[in-house]
Amino acid sequence: MSAVLPPVSPRRRRTDTVMRGVVGVLTGLAILPLVLVLYYLFSKGVGAWSVDFFTTDPSGRFFGSPGGVRSAIVGTVLIVGVATLMAVPFGIGVALYLVEYGKESKFANVVRYFVDVMTGVPSIVFGLFIYITLILATGFGGFAGWKGSLALALLMLPVVTRAGEVVLNLVPDGLREAALALGAPRWRVVLRVVLPTALPGLITGSLLAVARAAGETAPLLFTATIVKGTTLNLNDQMNSLPAQIFNDVRQAQDRIVERAWGSALTLVLMILLLTLIARLVQRRSRLT
Amino acid sequence: MEAGSAIQGGGRSITERSPLARLPDRIMRWGLTGLAGLILVIIAFFFIRLYIEAKPAFDKFGVFGFTFDNDWDVSKGTFGALALLVGTLITSALALLIGVPIAIATAVFVTELCPRRARGPLTITVELLAAVPSVVYGLWGVFVLIPKLRPAEQWFSDTFSFVPFVATATVAGPNYFIASLILAIMIIPIVSAISREVMATVPAEHKEAALALGATRWEMIRIAVLPYSRAGISGAAMLGLGRAIGETIAVTLVIGNAPQIGKSVFDQGYTLAAVIANEFGEAAADPLHRASLIAAGLVLFVLTLFINLIARYFVMRAQRGQRSVPQGMAG
Repeated sequence: MSAVLPPVSPRRRRTDTVMRGVVGVLTGLAILPLVLVLYYLFSKGVGAWSVDFFTTDPSGRFFGSPGGVRSAIVGTVLIVGVATLMAVPFGIGVALYLVEYGKESKFANVVRYFVDVMTGVPSIVFGLFIYITLILATGFGGFAGWKGSLALALLMLPVVTRAGEVVLNLVPDGLREAALALGAPRWRVVLRVVLPTALPGLITGSLLAVARAAGETAPLLFTATIVKGTTLNLNDQMNSLPAQIFNDVRQAQDRIVERAWGSALTLVLMILLLTLIARLVQRRSRLT
Repeated sequence: MEAGSAIQGGGRSITERSPLARLPDRIMRWGLTGLAGLILVIIAFFFIRLYIEAKPAFDKFGVFGFTFDNDWDVSKGTFGALALLVGTLITSALALLIGVPIAIATAVFVTELCPRRARGPLTITVELLAAVPSVVYGLWGVFVLIPKLRPAEQWFSDTFSFVPFVATATVAGPNYFIASLILAIMIIPIVSAISREVMATVPAEHKEAALALGATRWEMIRIAVLPYSRAGISGAAMLGLGRAIGETIAVTLVIGNAPQIGKSVFDQGYTLAAVIANEFGEAAADPLHRASLIAAGLVLFVLTLFINLIARYFVMRAQRGQRSVPQGMAG
């Protein structure tokens, strides 16, 4: 028996090579921006770093030293930290409801649907919403750090819930049934069996949500706003790295722009670190 | 209760817990249900509050007048958002045109062409594009992309001036095209992640059948992989569109913020999201201006809502039978 198939014609062979090449080149194009952005961040950002950069507040002066970004770094950590404390328990709670209690019920599906809706809401609209309900309406005072946290928490909530639902669904039913059969009440099954099993995955999902929130500017502009001084009081107006960068980009002063590059590098490194930790935690998970 | 009543004598079954022991169960159940319900309350409240605050603008100009009049002039106090709406649609459409083919190619390359060992690192690299914050893309756009690309844009505009929407006397630094380019970069990770997950569901039998019939790799991709994942890819593109429409900060920095409809893709423009970020600070004093910006936010909200609905329909259809949602959709 000799070969049954006729050889592939040169034209088809050529198309194959060309198209593989095109797909490869386009893939390269997808990665190019990342390489370029990181290259410029390091080449322009590292020069802005100094002890002063991390230890002084923006001076607000046009001439002379523009100051550092201490207040922005402290603000970002605080605002995002508080947002995490609000969004993660809430989000995981909703995910637990969906997986353990709601399942395929009508109400659960409606909740699922609206969580999806929230995922699609532009971040600036969350900022508007917090502005309208907590700043425009009297009784809550003006701009404050915790209002920025709340806007970020709204943004993180659907991300945490969605990721949590996926992970909780991976917990084998056998584990739940074994625990129930041993006489454990439902709540203990959830707290002592389901949650610990899903923990690494839940942490990964939460960290990715944190990483996403840390880079958001739009919801903070008119909730926590942009100020110079460092504060630890969440009731005060609070600076943040993204807002500071947004402010600095629009200044026509080289040293301020240099500070923007330095802040951007700081912010990106913080986010990459979170992403990296998230991936490492994910590796430890035994659920796939 | 049923279990208890089955036992003669009226006492509790030995397997039934006392009401007190069952209390934590109820608390947990209703507590979690309450949390889930709270989400619905928040969204309803969200929508109503936005509408109430936007109402002065809708009352003054009418819902249609506000959305489709082309006269956004803060100094005259007239607010018609057509130029912003058009700007949003142009930049998002152009971003899809640039970003989606690249994203699909990346997905095809990762699932079908690249060596197995390169698959993981390549996937992570593309996903890192999503880790760069919007404001950093904006910074990079302003100080690198705009100056570096300007000569190329001018040349392109002069050479291909017969193509509609390309000719312009002098290319503006910040313009629709730059904004679209940055949006394209920002939507590539999500579109490529979902496309990849959809392509991974193509049955091996389909691919093997194509290869067994003598198809080359590319022919196999064209006749087995792409048609099978078409619905999913459409959904991914729509989700990308939703992202592009809502993207604010990067666009604000590179679009020029001029409330007019540019005649060419190299002209300055404005988008719905950008106008809110840019003008909100000054609008606090003027109730009509503020209401108009909130109304712009509401239009944006409704637009993204609509697009996400269509996207989810496509993705769901592509994944019939699979219960889990692609991870990319969650982030």
